[in-house]
Amino acid sequence: MKAAPFRYHAPSTVAEAVDLLTEHGDEAKVLAGGQSLVPIMALRLGRYGHLVDLNRVDGLRGVEAANGHVRVGAMTTQSAVEHDPMIADRVPLVAAAAPHIGHFQIRNRGTVGGSIAHADPAAELPAVAMALDAVMEVGGPEGAREVRAADFFTSMWTTSLADNEILTAVRFPVRSELQGFAVSEVARRHGDFALVGTACAVSVDGGGVVTDAAIALFGVGPTPVRAASAEEALVGTGPDADLGEIGRLALSGVDPNDDVHASGDYRRRAGAAIVARALGTARDEARGGRS
Amino acid sequence: MNEIPVTMTVNGEDRAATIEPRLTLADYLRSECGLTGTHLACEHGACGACTVLVDGAAQRSCLVFAVQAQGAEITTVEGLAEAPGEPTAVQRAFEDCYGLQCGFCTPGFVVSVTAFLRDNPEPDDREIREALSGNLCRCTGYGGIYAAVRQAAAELAEAQGGAS
Repeated sequence: MKAAPFRYHAPSTVAEAVDLLTEHGDEAKVLAGGQSLVPIMALRLGRYGHLVDLNRVDGLRGVEAANGHVRVGAMTTQSAVEHDPMIADRVPLVAAAAPHIGHFQIRNRGTVGGSIAHADPAAELPAVAMALDAVMEVGGPEGAREVRAADFFTSMWTTSLADNEILTAVRFPVRSELQGFAVSEVARRHGDFALVGTACAVSVDGGGVVTDAAIALFGVGPTPVRAASAEEALVGTGPDADLGEIGRLALSGVDPNDDVHASGDYRRRAGAAIVARALGTARDEARGGRS
Repeated sequence: MNEIPVTMTVNGEDRAATIEPRLTLADYLRSECGLTGTHLACEHGACGACTVLVDGAAQRSCLVFAVQAQGAEITTVEGLAEAPGEPTAVQRAFEDCYGLQCGFCTPGFVVSVTAFLRDNPEPDDREIREALSGNLCRCTGYGGIYAAVRQAAAELAEAQGGAS
């Protein structure tokens, strides 16, 4: 249960890190918080000749607000966003997701960018990024570029990042008035990976009619996915909408795997129930609005 | 050899060593520092037996490479008490409430609970249960452990009240 030998690199700038990744190609791996990578290495599911540790790279930590979004540096810890008052106020879906990520000891080291770049299909933050249409800021040999969440997650543990690119920050749009949010998941133990989960955002008008909805599902396929048909069905409904039906519709478009923890059928049924529950919570919060 | 020099402070003492990058902080503390109170069980972050404080934050020492702790301040279970024979309120509570059975998971629980009560001195039931979810006890001694957190929280609150 020990990692295979590797060379350790601790660059201090993004450019240095990108150079190291370019030099070592697919022998190299980025180390962020390590809360997923180190277990993979310990279990020998992965072995890398070179680790490029981003922990000493300047400028990758911190949360700042600008132009209708909140920019979270990729190396900002999950604990930091969990306890950041500005995140709670302006990007409540991130704050709602954080307590579900691992345990507080994991969140003290695990990073926002690490979780998103790792792209575990059962993880919370990739689904949050999908639900909010977050924008990924990427650093590479050609300089910086941006990728929309919908184009970022390509398959299980796989993103559209090139081998020598680094996720440097994630921009989340600031909540608007009359918008509500919820995260709900089923896990064997609090903090374990979700068997199935959802991150939802619901907007309503002054009369309480849904004007916009985002339903992101996780743990149901190789990437987090948006339940587009259920989102469409919810828009235009009032307080009498049958959320159970919306939940079933949301899960009808996915084909979750069977594994030792749960059957695909269980995931679909439990997923429908938690989508209904999360939408109810989000819609109520949206109706309460902010004065 | 692929070895790197590393310095850090462990329980207030300066430490220096030259180590392989793949050596985890947990193994460094046990084998290089002789601090075997930090226990290793799952070695992939699930069980919490290896929890230590890194610059004050409770972390899994099996999921940190020791070279990453360059310059850090580490506190292990051995470093919590101010002096030998003077256990902390959390340590006393684990003893009083039968919060340990075989004792293997106890160091991780004690370190986690110490950090948890420092950051949240008046936890409610749900918060305690969530905090404890990050450490596994294979004896299933959670009843006593939960009671120990309650006792320690009450004792720390009283001590704070008395001090102000």
